[in-house]
Amino acid sequence: MSEELKCIHCGNSCGKSPVIFEGNPFCCSGCSTVYQILHASQLKQYYQIEPMAGIKIDEMQLPASETYSFLDLDQFKSKILNFSEGGISKVSFFIPEIHCASCIWLLENLHSLNKGIIQSFVNFPKKEINITFNEKEISLRQLVDLLVSIHYIPEINQHSIDKKSADQSDKKLFIKIGIAAFSFMNAMIYHFPQYLPGNEFLEADMKKLFGWLSVLLAIPVLTYSASDYFLTAYKSLKKKMISIDLPIALGLITLFTQSLVEILSGKGIGYIDSLTGLVFFMLIGRWYQGKTYQALSFERDYKTYFPLAVTKITDSGNVTIPLEDLKPGDQILVRNQEIVPADSILKSATASIDYSFVTGESMPVTKKAGDFVFAGGRQIGNAIELTIEKEVQQSYLTQLWNQVENPLTAENKLNTIVNRVSQYFTVVIVLIAIGSGLFWYFKKPEVALFAFTSVLIIACPCALALTVPFTFGSTMRQYGRKGFYLKNTAVIEHLYKVDTVVFDKTGTITNAQSTDIRFVGKQLTAEQLLIIKSLAFHSSHPLSKTIFNSIEADEILEVKNFQEIPSLGISGLVKDIRINMGSRYFVTGEMSKDENLKTEVWIYFKDAVAGHFQLENEYRPGLRELIRKLQKTHELHLLTGDNDAEKANLIQFFGNDKSLHFNQSPTDKLNYIRKLKQEGRKVLMIGDGLNDAGALNESNVGIVIADNVFNFSPACDAILQSKQFGKLDKFIQFTHRSMTIVKAGFLISFLYNVVGLSFAVQGNLTPIVAAILMPISSVSVVAFASFSIHLSAKGYRF
Amino acid sequence: MSVVFVLVFAAIIMAGAFLIAFIWSVKNGQYEDTYTPSVRMLFDDPEMKIDEETEKGKMKTDKP
Repeated sequence: MSEELKCIHCGNSCGKSPVIFEGNPFCCSGCSTVYQILHASQLKQYYQIEPMAGIKIDEMQLPASETYSFLDLDQFKSKILNFSEGGISKVSFFIPEIHCASCIWLLENLHSLNKGIIQSFVNFPKKEINITFNEKEISLRQLVDLLVSIHYIPEINQHSIDKKSADQSDKKLFIKIGIAAFSFMNAMIYHFPQYLPGNEFLEADMKKLFGWLSVLLAIPVLTYSASDYFLTAYKSLKKKMISIDLPIALGLITLFTQSLVEILSGKGIGYIDSLTGLVFFMLIGRWYQGKTYQALSFERDYKTYFPLAVTKITDSGNVTIPLEDLKPGDQILVRNQEIVPADSILKSATASIDYSFVTGESMPVTKKAGDFVFAGGRQIGNAIELTIEKEVQQSYLTQLWNQVENPLTAENKLNTIVNRVSQYFTVVIVLIAIGSGLFWYFKKPEVALFAFTSVLIIACPCALALTVPFTFGSTMRQYGRKGFYLKNTAVIEHLYKVDTVVFDKTGTITNAQSTDIRFVGKQLTAEQLLIIKSLAFHSSHPLSKTIFNSIEADEILEVKNFQEIPSLGISGLVKDIRINMGSRYFVTGEMSKDENLKTEVWIYFKDAVAGHFQLENEYRPGLRELIRKLQKTHELHLLTGDNDAEKANLIQFFGNDKSLHFNQSPTDKLNYIRKLKQEGRKVLMIGDGLNDAGALNESNVGIVIADNVFNFSPACDAILQSKQFGKLDKFIQFTHRSMTIVKAGFLISFLYNVVGLSFAVQGNLTPIVAAILMPISSVSVVAFASFSIHLSAKGYRF
Repeated sequence: MSVVFVLVFAAIIMAGAFLIAFIWSVKNGQYEDTYTPSVRMLFDDPEMKIDEETEKGKMKTDKP
């Protein structure tokens, strides 16, 4: 084929019949509408900063204009606005679509689109926009509609409201680091003269001043910067456990008292430089480890998925009510692209419900009047009316969350490698300290106390505590580059321990984006295919689009009398031949018997039923290879909500049918994981939809597969980009390398400890030894961990 | 050597000023987003063009 025309808005192929506006080609009218809006407001620079950066959203997929009507109500407005006074309001939205410099430029020039917008600021890493606007000129609802009209759809849900107050901890850590750095640098200057030859000529006054200034500097470091270490050490002691923080806290206290004693007695100025340096390095480690993906959310539950408000139908018209006020028996209206908030019964004649976020199945399901509709589905097409059957909290899907116990049990949290090591470490150090104290007590009593404290000081496991943050922090960054995003660094260790892998089927090992199409019936001629393609061109239903894309043809024929009957099908005249296309009921008049089977599109051609297209989700590329590799090291299971129609295919992949389980409800999946765990297995669950949410939470590690990682995904430990699915085994294997590097890092820090201890037990630990040894051990462990992860990731092809 | 005392205090006051400035900048939110400003500063100022056409007199004072 020759050069394809590309839409100047979104860069997608324009196909055979582009929409032309002012000589520019567009793939669809949605894109050209945005172009026209921007063009009218002189914002065409949007297309120059990054070419074809626009967001493609079909007009069908845009939320209905009434969707945001709840934003006019004060009760919602006050929750969403950050600040409002005298008509000037501030609001911030999470917009997952923000992806490039053009986005930043356009969103910060919103004031050109509407005069009511005073200022807008984008926070790119968070994919957030902060808008200050004048409510007299533009209402909150109009503001949201404006963003929607240029295809930047903000996410407005319970989660975005709750999140607002929680962003303070990062700032606190920065301030702690700042104070520690300040004290560290100054303490070094005061200590430095002592380390030089000839320090005995230093004036006594000067010594005193330096000593007291050092103590002053140490106080905020100890009480503020290092407060967390004391707190967690105390907490774990109360639970009769020893964590890494205990020897750290012990070391810090000893360092400070020993320094204080030396300064008071005028013997020297102590170890304040080592103390502040230690805290500084450890806080840096904490910061490095804690840096996560700001725009990704790993904590989402049904609250983030459901809308804030629903439209209730009453005798006196439609009213908008908050979701929590919804009661069984209420009549509600659900518009195009809105979500069914609770289990209910369909009142309208037909509905087409997309459960892709729930089950992973990409094709919408057709429902008829009187059918039961589970919460979580998204209506596609005209607005429908429903009668609520159960409260939101009692719905099938939401109940899943109530069944899951808190996965962060104490056992889970404390049973990490660093805490296991530090248990032995602490005991050994205390024994050595007492031992050397006793030894000197009998030999030379005046050195005894000093030897005892020296051991505790030099053994302060700073390097040990830094090994894990830097190794796992670097590993997490390597994963992030390859499209595998972890919630936190602890996931790496859990992933390392995993011995059982459980897959979900639809949307996880099958690809929701690409479908396998087969025609069942008499072979179609090229002309017939062209006619079908031409008819499908006029419908925006996902099935029509799939069929349209699957047929290759160079032209589109004219369609007369085109009709689209929502949820049933389409019909029209092409070359004076009547064709109908749609559900079995629509085309043949028969009801389909087995509804849960494969998606079918029936074709009526001229005067007879020609047959039907069968659409199946394709298995993800690389699945066979992945399973073959994983099978060597892990036990594999498959859980699916579908029936066993695919059994034969799946046995080919998995080798046997013992671990394949069909017709599993979300609760069954959850219980299956629970059972595996009770058998002592460490389970990795890989899923994608809300129906896996319970199982994902219950498992030791839950990974979600997502095409767009910024879109909604259920609560999990990690998000894997669907393109990288075939590399999952490599990601798991890499945790073994990380673990080896952690162990090597421990070894290095132990070696430093041996050197330090050999000084300490002899009673020879001078401040200069501590001042050299402690930072060197920390820095070298950090360098070792970061570089070796970097190097081994390079040599290891993800 | 008494000049050293003066210098020590001068140094700690200066360093303290920087620490306070740092704490202020953290509280002010300057570290919340370390990426967007780097992109933002590359954009041309569109207001200049539009305003030059419409309200010539008004903008002149703002020009460097």
